[in-house]
Amino acid sequence: MGNFDVAVIGGGMIGPAISLGLLERGLSVCILDEGDDVLRVARGNFGLVWFQGKGFGMPRYVDWTRRSAALYPDFAAELQEHTGVDVGHANPGGLELLLGEEELAHRRHFIGQIYQQGGGRKYEVEFLDRKQVDDMLPGIVLGDEVVGASYSPVDGHVNPLFLLRAMHTRFQQAGGRYLPHHRVSAVRRTGDAYELSTKAGTVSAAKVVIAAGHGLKELGPPLGLDIPIRPQRGHILVTERTKQILPMPMSAFRQTVEGSIMLGVSAEEAGYNDAVDTATVARIAERASRTIPALRHLNIVRSWAALRVLTPDKCPVYAESESHPGVYAIASHSGVTLAAVNAKVAANWIAGDPAPEEFEAFGVERFDAQKTA
Amino acid sequence: MLKRRHSDAAVVRISIDGEQVEARAGESVAAAVLAHTEGATRTTPLSDAPRAPYCMMGVCFECLMEIDGVANRQACMIRVADGMSVKRQQGARSVEGRE
Repeated sequence: MGNFDVAVIGGGMIGPAISLGLLERGLSVCILDEGDDVLRVARGNFGLVWFQGKGFGMPRYVDWTRRSAALYPDFAAELQEHTGVDVGHANPGGLELLLGEEELAHRRHFIGQIYQQGGGRKYEVEFLDRKQVDDMLPGIVLGDEVVGASYSPVDGHVNPLFLLRAMHTRFQQAGGRYLPHHRVSAVRRTGDAYELSTKAGTVSAAKVVIAAGHGLKELGPPLGLDIPIRPQRGHILVTERTKQILPMPMSAFRQTVEGSIMLGVSAEEAGYNDAVDTATVARIAERASRTIPALRHLNIVRSWAALRVLTPDKCPVYAESESHPGVYAIASHSGVTLAAVNAKVAANWIAGDPAPEEFEAFGVERFDAQKTA
Repeated sequence: MLKRRHSDAAVVRISIDGEQVEARAGESVAAAVLAHTEGATRTTPLSDAPRAPYCMMGVCFECLMEIDGVANRQACMIRVADGMSVKRQQGARSVEGRE
């Protein structure tokens, strides 16, 4: 199996993004992945590259997200240039449409708090009234209950499946070794390196990055990375293709370049159960038709549920183990949004550069503090 | 253009792209269309390539047509009815102009 500079555990959104950056630094990298019988969070997401509303309680996460959004156009162009895969990235800004005064007030309060925690620094989110939203969406008749929206020009979207494919293609093109069906059962220190045991054989590497989504729960603790992530289920519905009507993503709706409209967003505490719940599907469809009544006329062709990787404060983790130097954990439910900054910035930290300043907030100590608080 | 094997069923009148045609009670819209035209039932949303009914049993989704004002219906899965209006679907359906 050979020795690698870095073994990355996890072939979802985070592992390949980090790996691309490591390959750029000239390091040898392998990705150890499991089979398709695992949760596969990276195959289930919505495809937003989303800024507004992220980072509540953690200004550094606001900065980190903004940085990824800024890096995305070049990242997407680079992937297309090398792989021929158009990941469908667009940055037309994004809206969160609000139904009723109560929702508007709640959203104002929430966004206001994120703005204030930044100490008056710029925060690219503004509120639009109904008339302004109507003007921004020519040709769309909004439901009577829509009173306004929060809007950010930083928001955008991407085709998450093409993104995943492009990253994997580029990874192998650039000399990375992809090892599927390599479920890691144990990581052991051997001298200066780490040995990763799998049923398919043993891999050794100087550094290890655990980007295994829910797999971190099992892999992390023996390596000093006991991180309290939990699954949170979300549902997605996809309509039949229609002519383009949505000029920008709207947090709960986005139209793909192919014409399908994707509908979300739900959040259920359902443990590791990723089964589709019809009541949730109905609720999403009902809200969508209240927001944009024309959507009522569309057939739903698919729906599915997937499990977010959520930390207690919903902010990401980028941490190096204290007991096992050179072993890193990265966990986040924003694998799509953060793909660009993972490839372009976070990878350099794994490669040995000083941690980006944002990372002062992304460590695991914050969870200990919460436990004792 | 396909020929019907038997024609003892009652006559049903439908319109296909505005043209009045006779169909047979009990047959699917797709069958009625194939008995009257050679052309496609729709064009695709992405490339505008023509498509015609293929599986005739609800699986392939190639026969999507606008039936009585509702787009993207599977013509092979819907029986003809007197007075039914059937239109070839051009490209992606639209929801514009609807409230």
